[in-house]
Amino acid sequence: MTEPLIYDFTSPGRCGVTLPEPDVPLAEGLPSDLLRDADALDLPEVSQLDVVRHYLRLSQMNYAIDKGLYPLGSCTMKYNPRLNEDTARLPGFAGSHPLQDPNTVQGNLALMYELQDWLKEIGGFAGVSLQPAAGAHGEFTGILMMRAYHLDRGDTKRTKILIPNSAHGTNPASTTMSGLKVVELPSDARGNIDLEALRQACDDTVVGLMITNPNTLGLFEEHIEQVVKLVHDCGGLVYGDGANMNAMVGIARPGDLGFDVMHYNLHKTFSTPHGGGGPGSGPVGVSARLVDFLPDPVVDIVEEGRDDEPPLYGFVKPRKTIGRMKAFQGQFGMHVRAYTYMRVHGASGLRANSEMAVLNANYLLSKIRHAYHLPYDRVCKHEFVVEGHWADSTVHALDISKRLMDYNFHPPTNYFPLIVKEALMIEPTETESKETLDAFADALLQIADEAHRDPEVLKSAPHSAPISRLDEVSAARQLVLCCRPIPEWAES
Amino acid sequence: MYFPADLRYTKNDEWVRLDRNTATAGLTDYAQEQLSDIVFVELPAVGKTLKNGESFASVESVKAAAEVYMPIGGTITEINEGLSETPEAVNQDPYGKAWMVRFTPSDASEFKALMDAAAYEAYCKERAH
Amino acid sequence: MSYLPHTDADRAAMLASVGVKGIEDLFADVPARVRFPKLDLPGPLSELEVMQELTELAESNASAGQFACFLGAGAYNHFSPSIVNHTILRGEFLTGYTPYQPEVSQGTLQTIYEYQSMICALTGMEVSNASHYDGATSLAEAVIMAVSHFKDTRRKVVVSPAVHPQYRAVIRTYVQGMGLTVTGDEEPDTDIADLTKMLDGDTAIFIVQSPNFFGQIEDPAGLAHTVHSAGNDALLCVMCDPISLGILKPPGQYGADIVVGEGQSLGIPLSYGGPYLGFFATRKSLVRQMAGRLVGEAHDAQGRRGFVLTLATREQHIKRERATSNICTNSGLVAIAATVYLATMGKNGMRKVAELCYHKSHYAAQEIAKLAGYRVRTDKPFFKEFAVQCPIPVAEINAHLFDEHGIIGGYDLGQDYAHLDGHMLLAVTEMNTREEIDGLVAALGELSGD
Repeated sequence: MTEPLIYDFTSPGRCGVTLPEPDVPLAEGLPSDLLRDADALDLPEVSQLDVVRHYLRLSQMNYAIDKGLYPLGSCTMKYNPRLNEDTARLPGFAGSHPLQDPNTVQGNLALMYELQDWLKEIGGFAGVSLQPAAGAHGEFTGILMMRAYHLDRGDTKRTKILIPNSAHGTNPASTTMSGLKVVELPSDARGNIDLEALRQACDDTVVGLMITNPNTLGLFEEHIEQVVKLVHDCGGLVYGDGANMNAMVGIARPGDLGFDVMHYNLHKTFSTPHGGGGPGSGPVGVSARLVDFLPDPVVDIVEEGRDDEPPLYGFVKPRKTIGRMKAFQGQFGMHVRAYTYMRVHGASGLRANSEMAVLNANYLLSKIRHAYHLPYDRVCKHEFVVEGHWADSTVHALDISKRLMDYNFHPPTNYFPLIVKEALMIEPTETESKETLDAFADALLQIADEAHRDPEVLKSAPHSAPISRLDEVSAARQLVLCCRPIPEWAES
Repeated sequence: MYFPADLRYTKNDEWVRLDRNTATAGLTDYAQEQLSDIVFVELPAVGKTLKNGESFASVESVKAAAEVYMPIGGTITEINEGLSETPEAVNQDPYGKAWMVRFTPSDASEFKALMDAAAYEAYCKERAH
Repeated sequence: MSYLPHTDADRAAMLASVGVKGIEDLFADVPARVRFPKLDLPGPLSELEVMQELTELAESNASAGQFACFLGAGAYNHFSPSIVNHTILRGEFLTGYTPYQPEVSQGTLQTIYEYQSMICALTGMEVSNASHYDGATSLAEAVIMAVSHFKDTRRKVVVSPAVHPQYRAVIRTYVQGMGLTVTGDEEPDTDIADLTKMLDGDTAIFIVQSPNFFGQIEDPAGLAHTVHSAGNDALLCVMCDPISLGILKPPGQYGADIVVGEGQSLGIPLSYGGPYLGFFATRKSLVRQMAGRLVGEAHDAQGRRGFVLTLATREQHIKRERATSNICTNSGLVAIAATVYLATMGKNGMRKVAELCYHKSHYAAQEIAKLAGYRVRTDKPFFKEFAVQCPIPVAEINAHLFDEHGIIGGYDLGQDYAHLDGHMLLAVTEMNTREEIDGLVAALGELSGD
C-alpha cells in the first residue's frame, strides 16, 4: 500500500479553499525585484476533498495509542484524553495573543500560575518555569541554571557534568550545548549508579550530576540519598531527568530527595499527546537556591487579591535569570491540557496513576519473565528492560519488534538503554487494562517460541504492515529529502 | 576476517602502512564489520597536522557514528576523495580502495609501537567473546 | 474522574501474579522518609465540572476571535481552514510517537516529507528539517549550526537589531556557555548596510529578518554577495514570515544559506504563544551540520516507496555529546497542521492570502497616515505590519482601543527600541475586515494628542 504524494494530485488552477476578495482599495505593488516570479510558488493545487482523503489515508498507515497498546519505554504512551483537546481549543485560550496586555488574559495567567504551583507541589520544588518546550529543552534550561549558579558564586572552575551510562542521549547533548564536559559513570550489577565511581568523580570541578530516577532500566536508584549527598558534598548540584516521573507522582518528591532541578515532560506524565514527535512541554522545577536563575519570565501575583477580588497576575523577571529559552510564554496549549488532566485527577488520582503504572509493568514482567532474559532482576517501576535475543536463536531485538507489528502491537523501545545488549524497553502505562496486558504478554510469549521454532518469520516481519522493512542504508547514501526539483539558483 | 601482514594496527581499529616517508591509513575489516553498512565518510583537509590519537575522520552507518584516529602523528598530504561518493568501499575493500588518508609521519618510530597483524588478529578474537 | 481500567479483582489478580501483598510493596526501595507524601492539590472533578471550570477561565480572557486584533510582532491572527484542525485531531496523527518504526508510521513520515518539500518550495531552499519548537529556537539552532560548520574556528555572530527582540534574547541564552560573541544589535537603528561592515573572518553567521520586526522588507540586492565575499564568507541566515513568501522573493533565490522562521502563521492558533512551529531550511551541502529530524525516501525489498527518519547519526540518541543539538521532541503535529494548511491553500491560496495582507495593511497605513498626530514609517516597503509614531503613549492608546472600542491594539515598540518610543507596531491580516480597519482608524482619530 503506497499513497501518492500530495503534489501528485495537482491540477493547475485548483485550490482547496476560497478566500474573500479584497474589501479595500488595492495598494500600489511592490518593486518587482522584491517579488517572487509570479508562477514560481511550487505548492500543490488540489481540491479540499483531495486534501481530506489524502491525509486521512496517510493517517491510517500509522499505529497510534488510539489503535492499541504502545509500550515504548521511557515515552509514557498513556491515553491522551480528548477532554484536554477540547479545553485547549476553547476560543478564549486558543485565540489569545501572547503579547496581549496581561490585564486582558488573566484567565491564561491564572492557569499558568496554578500549574506552576501544582508542579512545585508534586516535585517538592521552590520554583517552576513553564517555558521549556520539551524535555531536552528543559534539560538545557536546567544545566544553564546550574552553570549560572556556580558562576554567580564566583566558582569558575566547575566544568563537568556527571551522567550515568544508562542516560538518555539528550543528557550529554544538552551538556555540550551548555559548553560543559560530560563524564560518564558506570552502573553497578543491580543497575544503580556505581557509587565508587561516583565518589571518585566528585570533586570541585563538578557542576552537577544528571540522574533519571527511576532510571532507564525502570529501576529506582537504591542509593539515591547517598548519591545526592556525594554530589552535594563536593559542591555540585543534582539534576533530575523527569522522563520517568510517571512512576513517581505521589510516591516521592524529587525535591524531598534533594534534587535541585528537574524537568517534567507534560507529554509523558501529564497526558498531552505526542503528536508523532511533538509538540511537547518541559517545565523545570528548582530548589530555593536556583529560583533566581529561572528563565525569563515567570508568572507571579503582582497584586494580591482582596475579599472577593482575585489577585492580579503578571510576568516577572527572575533576578539572575539565564534569559529566555524561547519566544513568548512556553507551550501554553500544552499547559492547558496538563492543567485539565491534573484537575480531573486531583492528588489521589495522580498517585493512583503512578501506582497502576508500576503495577502494570510488574504484572507484565511477571507474565513474560520465564521466556525472556532479564538483566537486572528487581521489582521495577513503570517500565522494565529485557534482552531481545537468546543464545540458541539467531533473532535480534529488532526482529521481535517487527514481529510484534503482526500481532497488532507497537514495538517497545529498541536498543536502549545502551548498557543492555539487544534491549527491549517496555512501558505499558497505567491506562492499559489487564486484558490488554495479557494479550500483549501472549504475543511476546508466542514470539519467543517462534524465535526458536521459526526464526525466519521474525526476520522477515512485519508481514501485515502497510510496508515491509525499508532500506535505510540506501536512503542515507542517496539522500532524497524533498520531492520537488532543485531550484535552478541552488545548482550553481 | 582479513589481516594483511604488511600493515600495523591500533586498538581503535585503524590500519597504517608505511612506505618510505609516506603513511597510508584507514579502518580495519573488523571495524567495518562492527559498524555495518557505512553511509558516510568525512575526511580532513590536506595540510592539516595531527597528533597520534587525534581524530582525522568520521564514519557513519545508519545507526552508529565513529571517529577514526591517527595511528601515528603526521601531516595530511592526500585524502581519498572518492570515499564521499562511495562510502560502501569501506565495507567492500577496507585495506585497498577504502584507504582514507596519506600523510607524512612526524615520528616514524611510532609505527613500530603498533600491533602487527598477528597481535591485532589476537586482539580481535579476544573481543569477539 | 479517572481513566484507569482496573477493577478490584484485576488488582488482586495482578498483585498475586507479581507475588506481592499490596501496591505499597512495589515501592519498598523508595526511602521511607520521603515515601507517599501528602500532595496539596485541589480535589478531583468530573469531566463536566472540569469543562465548566476551564470554560470560565477561558472566557475571562480577551481573544482575537472576539475582538478586532491588530497585534502581531511574531504571532499572527490568520485564517485556518477547518480541515487543518480536523486532520490533526485524527487519533492516528495525534497519538502516535516519533516515527522510529517506519513500517507502522508511514502516515507521519510521508506527511513530514511533504512538509519538508513544501518548506523548500516556499523558502527556495534544498533541504528542510522536520521542525523546531518555534521560530526563536530555530534561529538559535542556526547559530549553532554555523559555528559547527566552521568547526568552532569562528566565534562571532552578527545579528540585525531589526530581528525580533525575543529571538535575539534566545540566541544569547542558547550560546552563553559557548563563549560566542553576539553583536550587531547594540545600536537599535543600525541598518543592514552598516551591519555588513561588521563582517570579518571571525564571523560565522550574519542574521537578518525580512520582513523585519517592523514589518519592513529588507533590500536583498547584493546582500548574499557581500556576506559571502572573500575573507568573510560567513553564512547568511534569513528569518522570514512564511505568509510573506506567497508574494515575496524566496531567500534561497537571493542567496541565503539558512532560512528560518515562525510557522505559526500557517494555520496554527495563537494559543497564547505556543505550541508553534520553527521551520528550518538550508543548502544540501550543509545538511550534516543541521539539527533536528529529517525524513528521507526509501524503498522496501519489493521496491515499494516509503519514508524513514534518516541521517539520525547527527542526533542526540546516537551521537550523544557530539550531536549537532540536543533536540528530540519537536513540533511534529504542528508541522502536520502546517502541511495540511499549505496543501489546502496551495499555490493560489498562498499568493492570495499574502496579497490580502498586503492590501489591507497598506489601506490601514494610508488611512492612519491621514490622521493628525500620527506618522507612518515609510522609509522601506512593508508587507503586513508597519510602525506608526503616535501622538500619545502607546499604552494609553491601547487602553482606549480596548476599553472603548473592543480593539486589541498594536505592539509598543518603545519597550525594546529607545529610538522608537511612542511608536506602535500594527499588524493587519486577511482576518481584519475593512470595517475593523475603519473602526481602528476612527478610534485612533479620537486621540490626536491635542
